Amino acid sequence: MTDVLPGRAVTGARAAGATPKPRKLVDHFKEGLTSPICLTWELTYACNLSCVHCLSSSGRRDPRELSTAECKAVLDELERMQVFYVNIGGGEPTVRPDFWELVEYAVAHHVGVKFSTNGVKLTPERARWLAGTDYVDVQISLDGATAEVNDAVRGPGSYDTAMRAMRNLADAGFTGFKLSVVMTRQNIGQLDQFAEIADTYGAQLRITRLRPSGRGADVWDELHPTIEQQRGLYDWLLAHGEQVLTGDSFFHLNALGSAPLPGLNLCGAGRVVCLIDPVGDVYACPFAIHQEFLAGNVRGEGGFARVWAESELFTRLRGPQTGGACTSCSAYDSCQGGCMAAKFFTGLPLDGPDPECVKGHGEQALRAVVAAPRSDVDHSRRGRRAAVPVEISFGPPAGSPERARPDRACDTSPLAGLR
Amino acid sequence: MTTPGKAGSVEFHPERGYRCSPRVALRPEPFGALAYDFGTRKLSFLKTPTLVEVVRGLEDQPDVHTALDAAGVPADQRAAYLRALAGLAEAGTIEPR
Repeated sequence: MTDVLPGRAVTGARAAGATPKPRKLVDHFKEGLTSPICLTWELTYACNLSCVHCLSSSGRRDPRELSTAECKAVLDELERMQVFYVNIGGGEPTVRPDFWELVEYAVAHHVGVKFSTNGVKLTPERARWLAGTDYVDVQISLDGATAEVNDAVRGPGSYDTAMRAMRNLADAGFTGFKLSVVMTRQNIGQLDQFAEIADTYGAQLRITRLRPSGRGADVWDELHPTIEQQRGLYDWLLAHGEQVLTGDSFFHLNALGSAPLPGLNLCGAGRVVCLIDPVGDVYACPFAIHQEFLAGNVRGEGGFARVWAESELFTRLRGPQTGGACTSCSAYDSCQGGCMAAKFFTGLPLDGPDPECVKGHGEQALRAVVAAPRSDVDHSRRGRRAAVPVEISFGPPAGSPERARPDRACDTSPLAGLR
Repeated sequence: MTTPGKAGSVEFHPERGYRCSPRVALRPEPFGALAYDFGTRKLSFLKTPTLVEVVRGLEDQPDVHTALDAAGVPADQRAAYLRALAGLAEAGTIEPR
């Protein structure tokens, strides 16, 4: 799992402003910043797990992945651009043999690191090293407060791996690391339990929204929270929002009430946020790995800086946006039309409602969708079912992509579809 | 204007000398600057270019009031700037020297 917006960095940002305010800060953000505030960098598509909702369809390493030297060159560039920290993810970033070397290189060059991991490499020794290293933060992914709920999504044994990693961090005296949870229909009722787990290990809870990105598209129908659950989440966030990080990912829920959730509450894609993928491709946001949102590649002339500053896509995203069908809705000012990636990968128009629109407009719009776009960036391991499906039954679950979606065009094998 | 501004638990004394914390990096942005504290990993926003100038200039001035003068902060905005600086002192972005 990776991040969109950094937890504390944005949701906890204090606006230290003086009175003369010709324009609101958020308006500047909409037009894009000199450098990203929140940069996600997926170092590898390789992963020891095969989570059913993986937003980057990770599994196998891509042979074109950036070399150690190329990664260091990107870090040099981030230092020059004063990108103060990166959110490193994957795949499972720690399986890269040069991972710790790159972390050391980053912090030595004034680029702080927060990395997302399933915990597989967080041994007691490594946890002690991390506890003694400044400017490094760790985010452990866990998608169920119980092994049953977690392992159904993340795979057998992954709950124990995450708990062991958190124990190791806590024992090493590393406090304030993040426990990161993607909210699903199955785990949203466990919010208080997640908060307890975080407390137990001296961690901070971070919850983010399930996106229909990557393999998430395959399971979104079954896993995304119901409208009632969304309402419960909104109330829970209003009550606990200051202690819990959200990566700013639930701003579409603001249409539920008059009290805005803490955070920036805007789509930062290409404006304050972007993603560098393992092969150096730069996308507008971590949830948007698709040709449509590809801005350039760090290997190109001018490197990442030029992509950020000059790409045609980012320029467009920083221009005036239209609310389209949502403009006439009374809630548009608070929800801003929701998440671009969520709309795109469910086949909805980008200037229409979010698929999880709390007013129900998304549900209505989804009924008219014939086909949703699929990314051709897919590193899923072939020949084996990702994780145990949430509902155990024979054959693919009802409404699952195995039934509903055509195979990718490149899957020419006669066995395609019999994963 | 000599009353210490108070924000939370950290007192702010504009008649004294301050500086931008050595842990903090300022990144110029169209609205002003982004301030990142490498110690607390917190990000804050300096919302006007003049405020950025004040913060950068603190170190070279004997006290905060003089820094406001040097940056050309108009009289009717001084109170607002002092409030903003008190907030920055509270956050540790600026500190007494």
